[in-house]
Amino acid sequence: MNYKPIDWVDERLGTAKFTRKSLNKIFPDHWSFMLGEIAMYSFFILLATGVFLTFFFVPSSADTVYHGSYAPMDGHVVSQAYASTLNLSFSVRAGLVMRQMHHWAANVFIAAIVVHLLRVFFTGAFRKPREINWLVGSLLLMMAIFEGFLGYSLPDDLISGTGIRIAYSITLSIPVVGSYLASFLFGGQFPGNTIIPRFYTIHILLIPALMAGLLGAHLAIMWHQKHTQYKGKGKTEKNVVGIAMWPAYAMQAGGFFFLTASVLAALGGLVQINPIWLYGPYIPYKVSYAVQPDWYMGWLDGALRLFPSWEITGFGHMIPTVFFPAVLLPGVTFGLLMAWPWIERIFTKDTAAHNLLDNPRDNPWRTSIGVGVMAFYMVLFFASSTDVLANTFEVSLNFVLWAFRVLVFVIPPVAALVAHKLAVEAGSVQSAGRPRKAMVVSRSKEGEYTTEESDPRPELEFKRHAMHGDIAQSLPEESRLHGEAIEAADDGEDYAFSGSSIAAVLAEEIGERPSGGSGVYEVPRGAPGSGGGMFSPRGPSQSKEVSDSEDEK
Amino acid sequence: MSGSTPELEQELDGESLLKASERRFERAVGVSFALSFLATIGLGVVYWQGGQTQIEGALLFVALGGIGFGIVAWGKYLVPQGPYVQEREELQSTESEREAFVESFERGNKLIQRRSFLAKLLGASVAAFGVITLFPFIRSLGPQPKKMLYVTNWKKGSALVKSDGTKVHSTDLEVGGVLTVFPEGHAGGAISQSILIRPSFEDIVTKPGRDTWGPQGYLAYSKVCTHAGCPVGLYQELTQQLLCPCHQSLFDVMTGANPVFGPAPRPLPQLPLEIDSQGYLRAQAGFDEPIGPGFWERA
Repeated sequence: MNYKPIDWVDERLGTAKFTRKSLNKIFPDHWSFMLGEIAMYSFFILLATGVFLTFFFVPSSADTVYHGSYAPMDGHVVSQAYASTLNLSFSVRAGLVMRQMHHWAANVFIAAIVVHLLRVFFTGAFRKPREINWLVGSLLLMMAIFEGFLGYSLPDDLISGTGIRIAYSITLSIPVVGSYLASFLFGGQFPGNTIIPRFYTIHILLIPALMAGLLGAHLAIMWHQKHTQYKGKGKTEKNVVGIAMWPAYAMQAGGFFFLTASVLAALGGLVQINPIWLYGPYIPYKVSYAVQPDWYMGWLDGALRLFPSWEITGFGHMIPTVFFPAVLLPGVTFGLLMAWPWIERIFTKDTAAHNLLDNPRDNPWRTSIGVGVMAFYMVLFFASSTDVLANTFEVSLNFVLWAFRVLVFVIPPVAALVAHKLAVEAGSVQSAGRPRKAMVVSRSKEGEYTTEESDPRPELEFKRHAMHGDIAQSLPEESRLHGEAIEAADDGEDYAFSGSSIAAVLAEEIGERPSGGSGVYEVPRGAPGSGGGMFSPRGPSQSKEVSDSEDEK
Repeated sequence: MSGSTPELEQELDGESLLKASERRFERAVGVSFALSFLATIGLGVVYWQGGQTQIEGALLFVALGGIGFGIVAWGKYLVPQGPYVQEREELQSTESEREAFVESFERGNKLIQRRSFLAKLLGASVAAFGVITLFPFIRSLGPQPKKMLYVTNWKKGSALVKSDGTKVHSTDLEVGGVLTVFPEGHAGGAISQSILIRPSFEDIVTKPGRDTWGPQGYLAYSKVCTHAGCPVGLYQELTQQLLCPCHQSLFDVMTGANPVFGPAPRPLPQLPLEIDSQGYLRAQAGFDEPIGPGFWERA
C-alpha cells in the first residue's frame, strides 16, 4: 500500500494523530441509534435533489401561459412557479423522480427526527451532559417543519396557496406586531407577488445553511461526548461498549445511507406525491375540498379546527382566535420540549451525568408523560381530517368535531395512565427483559450427559488483552471466538470482550461440580456462524443485577 | 491450551463452520454489488432513451440498495464486531484547569478594562451599527400596514363583476344560484372577493338596519373566512349555509352569515347591494367593517 498521500497531508496538518483515535472510536450498536441517521441521510438526499430542482424551478408569481407536455393545462395562464414545476416534472428527464424524491425525503426527514426525538426522550438520553444537544435537536425539528412548509408552498398550486393564505392569517394574529410582521413578510397585503421569491430564498439558502450548521454541531457534540448506551453486562457509566469506527461502524453507517437513499428513490419513482397538476394553479378565490397540509403540519391544522371560536377584544385591541391554536400552542409545545431536561430535574433532583440509558419501564413517570403528550398530538393530527372522517363514516361534521374536542382531553390522560401501569407492571416482573436461563450440559465420568438449568448463569468472563491505545492491535484474531474456551486473563489495563458465545467454562470449575464430569458446557445458543448468543453485541439482554453492580454511581 | 483437548477440537470445528458462513455472506455481498452495477447500467439506458419515472425509481432502488445492502452486510458479517470496550475520558476539566482558564480570561479582561472609556465607546458604536443596519433587513421588506387591513376595493357604486370581468345582471342567477364577484376593475382580487347568493326572488333583510341590502333576493358577503382567511366556497342550498372547506366553519346565509358551527368567530361582512336602472348589480357602499381574520389593531 502506498502511504505517500497520508504522509503528505500529515506533514502539513498533523492528521495522523487524531484521525487514528477516530478510526478506533467505539460506537454502541443498537437499531434505535439509527433513527437519527435516517434523518441525517434524508437531509443529504434533500440537499442533492434540491440542488437539482433549483436548476429548473422559477421562483416567480408572474403570469405566464403554459405550453408544455402536460396537455390538460396547455394554454392556461398560470404563475411561472407553477409552470416551471410542471415543466420540471414532465419535460425534464428524471425530473419527476427528483421532485418526488425531494418531497418524500422531506416527509421521511421530519418523521425520522420525531421518532429519534421520542427515542431520546423515552430512554432519558437528554439528561446531563446532553442537554445542549437536546436543544440543538429541538431547534432542528422546528426548522425542519418550517422548511417543509416553505418547500411545499413554492409550486404555487391551489392547496399550497391556500396554506400560504392561512399562514398569512396566522402571522396577522400575533399580538402587537402581527399586522406589521405580515406586511413585511409578504411585502404588503396578501397575496402580493413577493412571497414566492422570498419563500424560495429562505427555503434554499437561509434555513438549509442554519440547519447544516446545527446538524454539524449536533454531530460534533455527540462525537465529543461519546454516544450513550443501553444497560447491559460490562456496560458502565464510564465506558463505551460496541463496534469500532473503522471499518465496522463506517461500513454499516455508510451502507445505511445508500439503503435510505434507495428507499427514498423507490418512493420517489413509484409512489405519487403532491401531484400539483391535479390540484391546479393557485387562484385566490378558489378552494378545493379536503384541504390538508403535509403530515407534520397536521397537528396545527387539527388544532385550528378544534379550537373554539373565542376571540378576545378589549381596550381597542383584539387577540384573534387563530392565535391560540396556531401561535400559542406551537410556542408552548416547543418551549416545553426544550425545557424538558430542566423540568424533569425539578422533580428528580438528579444532577448526575448519565451515559447509560433508561429502559422506558425504569421510569414510569417520564414514560407516561411522554405517552400522554404523544397521544395529545396524535388526536390533533387525526382532527385535521374531521371532514374526511365525517364523509367516510357518514356521520355529521358536528358529531365528529365534538367527539374530537372531547377526545383531545380524554385520550391523553387515559393513555398516560395505561402507560404508567404497563411500565410499573413490566418493572415488577422479574424476568422481563432478562436473558433466558442458561442450560448447562454436564458429562459424567461414564460419558452420560445431563442437562440442567443454571441460575444464575455461569459467570461470563472477559478475554483480557494488553492494549495500546483504544483498541488492541490484535483485534481481528480475537474478534471471533465462537466455540472457543476462555483463557485465563492477563492483566492488561484495557481489555476487549471475547466473541458472541461462550461454549465452555473454565476447567477449574469442573472439579467443584458434584457431577464430577470431565467437562461443563453451556449450550451454545449462538452456534458458530448463527450470530447472536449469550453476550450478543446487539442489545440489552443482560441481567439487571450485573449491570447495576457495575454502575459506578 | 495445548494438545488435542476437546475444547480445541471444538474451536477448529467452529472455525470451519465459520468459514462456510463467511463464504455465504461473501457471495451475498458480491451478488448485491453486481445487481447494483447492472441496475445502474439499466438506469443509464433508460435515461438515454428519454426516461420513465417508474422504471427510474425502481432501478435507482436496486442500484442504491445493492450498494447499501452490500456494504452493510460486509461491515456486519465479514468484519469483527467486538464488542470492544473503550473508557470514557472525563468530560469535565479539572479544578486547576478551570482556575487556569479563569486566570487567563481575567488577565485579558483587566487589560481591556484599563481603558474602559474606549471599551464603552466601542460598545456604543457597535450597538448603534447593529440597530441601524437591522432596519433595511426589516423595514425595507414591506409597507406599514396602516389602513391596508381595513379597506377593500369595494366603493359606493362599484359594479359587481364575475372573475372574467363581465358585469352581473339581476337576471343572471336563479334561486339557489351562487357566484363569486369582484368590484369592477378588480376581477380576481384576493381581498375584495365576495360571494353572491340568491336564496329567493324577494328582498331579504338579514339583520336590522340592513333593510335595503338584499334586493330581489340577492345577498353578497365577503368570501374571506373570518377564521383563517380561506375562501368560503361551498354553498349548501338546502340549509342556506356557507361552508369553509379549510376548517369547516359554517355561516348562516339568511341571518347575515352568522357563524353557526366551527372555529370562525365573526359573521362574514355583508356587502350592501342595489340594482341600477339597467338591471346591473352594484354596491351601495364598501364593507362597513374589516374583512377576513382578526388582527391586533382591530377593536
